Amino acid sequence: MSPAEERIVLDARGSFCPGPLMELIRGIRQAKVGEVLEIWSSDQGSRKDIPFWIQKSGHELVGIVDEPGYARFVVKKLR
Amino acid sequence: MKKVVILGGGVGGTIVANLLAKRFRPDEAEITVVDKAGKHVYQPGFVYVAFGRTKPKTLVRDERKLLRKRVKLVTGEAVRIDPEGRKVHLADGRSLDYDRLVVALGARLVPDELSGFSDASHHFYTLEASLKMKEALAAFPGGRIVVTVASVPYKCPPAPSEAACQLDYYFTKRRMRDKVDIHFLSPLSRVFPLEPLNPVVEQVFAKHKIRSTIFFNVESLDTKNRTVTSIEGETVPYDLLIMIPPHRGAKVVEDSRLGDRGGWLPTDKYTLRTKAHPDIFGIGDCTDIPVSKSGAAAHFQAKVVADAITADLRGQPATAKYDGHVMCYCDAGYHKGISMSFDYEHPPVPPPLSLKDWLGKHLLNKVYWYLVPSGRV
Repeated sequence: MSPAEERIVLDARGSFCPGPLMELIRGIRQAKVGEVLEIWSSDQGSRKDIPFWIQKSGHELVGIVDEPGYARFVVKKLR
Repeated sequence: MKKVVILGGGVGGTIVANLLAKRFRPDEAEITVVDKAGKHVYQPGFVYVAFGRTKPKTLVRDERKLLRKRVKLVTGEAVRIDPEGRKVHLADGRSLDYDRLVVALGARLVPDELSGFSDASHHFYTLEASLKMKEALAAFPGGRIVVTVASVPYKCPPAPSEAACQLDYYFTKRRMRDKVDIHFLSPLSRVFPLEPLNPVVEQVFAKHKIRSTIFFNVESLDTKNRTVTSIEGETVPYDLLIMIPPHRGAKVVEDSRLGDRGGWLPTDKYTLRTKAHPDIFGIGDCTDIPVSKSGAAAHFQAKVVADAITADLRGQPATAKYDGHVMCYCDAGYHKGISMSFDYEHPPVPPPLSLKDWLGKHLLNKVYWYLVPSGRV
């Protein structure tokens, strides 16, 4: 299995409540250190929220990939 | 004869059972609900128990009385699901075969997952805890009250912000507000989960001097020094702590190895069929669907599941899709409320605070028993 396939994907497109950030926090809490997660969000607010929280909570934003109508935030759990 | 087994006699499970019982004759399909206690509990009323405005007995009814007569009710606990054998095993040794299984068991509170929680914290997520919180509030001499959540996800995401507003209203009515500092700690980037409504709630917080800290996800509790610390590195003191307990998915889902790492049932957010087993459906709080864990979501999902099972049993293609619809009311105190309705494609439109929505919430609390479990609305 390639590293890309091992990613934990959280599809939070269309989630207004609790929203993509809470889905990401849930995913990070459940993940093991070193694991990579992808959170999919169609919410424009995620572009600010998600990188800010990742930085504040000490994880790594591996990248943001734009897709039609949504973005994939790739995050590595560091602690 | 086809067999449908529904685990959980909450709002989702009860609606599915009643709708199917209406559509199929007894010789066509046997509909069975399995519920641990045989009691139906209206959880949105718990917060009013904590603030002394509702009696617990008004929030609980016998599940049997809410089900159509031809629905079989089994009082017992499901301890293992066998998807290959299409069988559910109960704690007392009985087992039930199914053609279609609905898992509508709700979320499980797991206070022990946060060290010190049970000793230090009050909450309003069970009837018992709500009564204890009521006593604690009545005895509170003044000081700092911290309102927060132990972990995510949790049921009813706006509930903690609503509780902060209710605390303000409660102590104002008791003429003690100047002695109480309310500090709300939000796990998110704002005080209210729904972004379009956040400015309205921020105004309420500012007007009523409710302090807030954002990006506060609880890591630990120090019960000796009465502080709570976040994974983001902040520590906040409290005199009275109101904290929503940690949640996990249903135990039988975890024990049957059907859940994700949090015990949530991986479920398609449109078809509501579980991802691993299309003959098993997930409804409401026990699933990993990215909508709020709330009775309203379970209510709307139940109709989709009932339609899908109806099609399956009749050998027709199932076309029903859940559109992510959620609706809720939030009580801001002072006879003002906000209502919200949204789905996967339509964000909530920010409404003004109004008496109408406050009345709407209280009316729903009363008429729920007559309209919702039956599937009439």
